Amino acid sequence: MSNAGSTPMVKAEQVHKSFGSLEVLKGIDLEVAAGEVMCLIGASGSGKSTFLRLINHLEKLDAGRLWVDGELVGYRQVGDKLYELKDKEICSKRSEIAMVFQRFNLFPHLSVRDNVTIGPVKVKHQNAKAAAERAEVFLERVGLSDKIKAYPNQLSGGQQQRVAIARALAMDPKLMLFDEPTSALDPELVGEVLDVMRGLADEGMTMVVVTHEMGFAREVGDSLVFMDDGQVLERGNPKEVLMNPQHERLRSFLSKVL
Amino acid sequence: MSEESESTTHDAPVTGASSRPVSIKAVPVRHPWRWVGSLVLLVLGAMLVNTLVFSQTQQPHQSGSRFGWNIVGTYLFSSQVLHGVVITIELTVISMVAGILIGVLLAVMRLSKSRLISSVAWGYIWFFRGTPVLVQIIFWFNIAALYPVLRLGIPFGPSLYTVDVNSILTPIVAGALALSLNEGAYMSEIVRAGIISVDEGQAEAAHSLGMSRLSALRLIVLPQAMRLIIPPTGNETISMLKTTSLVSVVAISDLLQATNSISAQNYDVIQLLIVASLWYLAMTTVLSIGQYYLERHYARGSTRELPLTPMQQLKRNIRHFKPAVTPREERMIGADHE
Ligand SMILES: Nc1ncnc2c1ncn2[C@@H]1O[C@H](COP(=O)(O)OP(=O)(O)O)[C@@H](O)[C@H]1O
Ligand SMILES: [Mg+2]
Repeated sequence: MSNAGSTPMVKAEQVHKSFGSLEVLKGIDLEVAAGEVMCLIGASGSGKSTFLRLINHLEKLDAGRLWVDGELVGYRQVGDKLYELKDKEICSKRSEIAMVFQRFNLFPHLSVRDNVTIGPVKVKHQNAKAAAERAEVFLERVGLSDKIKAYPNQLSGGQQQRVAIARALAMDPKLMLFDEPTSALDPELVGEVLDVMRGLADEGMTMVVVTHEMGFAREVGDSLVFMDDGQVLERGNPKEVLMNPQHERLRSFLSKVL
Repeated sequence: MSEESESTTHDAPVTGASSRPVSIKAVPVRHPWRWVGSLVLLVLGAMLVNTLVFSQTQQPHQSGSRFGWNIVGTYLFSSQVLHGVVITIELTVISMVAGILIGVLLAVMRLSKSRLISSVAWGYIWFFRGTPVLVQIIFWFNIAALYPVLRLGIPFGPSLYTVDVNSILTPIVAGALALSLNEGAYMSEIVRAGIISVDEGQAEAAHSLGMSRLSALRLIVLPQAMRLIIPPTGNETISMLKTTSLVSVVAISDLLQATNSISAQNYDVIQLLIVASLWYLAMTTVLSIGQYYLERHYARGSTRELPLTPMQQLKRNIRHFKPAVTPREERMIGADHE
């Protein structure tokens, strides 16, 4: 099972997920290598968010297997038997995976600094002062060191999303999940967020990015996956896939978003 | 920071150098009916003050003001009344604190994914909101008739420890217990409304940081729910202050019971009701002020500018030599300091 060399950061085998009678994921097979940037595209409702949420233990899968960094998601395997993970174990796994949301989901009652420090302090039990110093570094990195005392609603959408990225980075994640991070932004603010993400990619962060920004996918992505109706329809090098789509569904999707 | 000039706003159109726009002079709209209305209110106010303060008693063979303010003064700080005030405050504080804790617990239970747990909470709320609180007070006061002794031990097995119920359920404990359990039912709905008003993405973001459900609730969801929880909780507290007077049925000498027992002896019914009312009003005032500051505290992050505290307002007015500045104007004043 372990392919020669390093374990993949994410590995999905025949992952299924249903909500009631609605089958949302119909057998996903995927692999994301450490350091890889995988872009996930597909029409709304095709199951992209659900897949990210499965990786981050925010939903439970119904069938198939999913590994993050070589460890099974949601279960512990002892011999042939699977044991469900306890809440505490799930929390600790989640703390190693960062997620950036379409709607930012910053904590509005906390200042920018506290948004960035609350995870390290309350979850990883870092010293508050050290966490505050580290927060400054991360905010500097996303270009917002002057907003450290502001509250989220005093920031533009692009600034909020950059704070959300700083908040995610502060947890020292080994994997970052982005769910349409620029879809809620005004067009002129998209660039500043993508620039930060490009910087992370350059530094070797493993990222799974759901996006409609084909330019970003082409230039930054190491691989591109097109999901359609709960299945992976096409995958490969972004440039090739975008230049030369094989399926009619992908062609019509691209004609709509490009 | 210290640029003091008035014409350096960035987006002001660049007109001739340092030319200020000519301010408008126009005849303001007249409001004659406002004047009439004000006059009527003034006369009514004068009549009220007259009857409250200056008019004399109509009782034969007696002198003094109509309302008997000297009698009110005599009893306002009498030890019996003060003792009643303390009891009322105690009951209010205990019942509200316990009620809020029970309310949070029930709210979380009702939002639980387990049908059993949420049904239990629903049943609790159904029962305690559905029966009069007066009945509940009398019930707890008389519970010893059903359960004379309390046994601690293994369910259906031997008891390790027994205690006489009447010795722990004193009238005041019974009263506080009844009020707390009842208040918990009401508070739970208030807390639940607050919790479900917070965007689900907040809990999701907290979970994705690795927070447990309890931490997410405590650190992320509840602080945001507070903004919605506080105003109705203020109502509940003020209402509780007055509801505590119901405990007089089980012979607790709260404020109203104290004044009633005094007037039962001297027949100054109105004067002692005034004494009680003045105390209730004073306590309500303190609570309202506390509520104002609590609301202000939890407004952080939801309004761009916090409203000024009355003290800040006063300082600001003295500094600027002009009438009340609204937060909006304040923001404009502050804008050129950014
Ligand atoms: N918690 C849920 N309960 C029920 N249906 C859901 C839930 N989450 C997602 N879905 C459904 O699953 C489908 C895929 O959703 P999603 O993964 O959000 O798609 P995408 O992100 O690609 O737009 C949609 O039809 C959506 O309505
Ligand atoms: Mg989605």
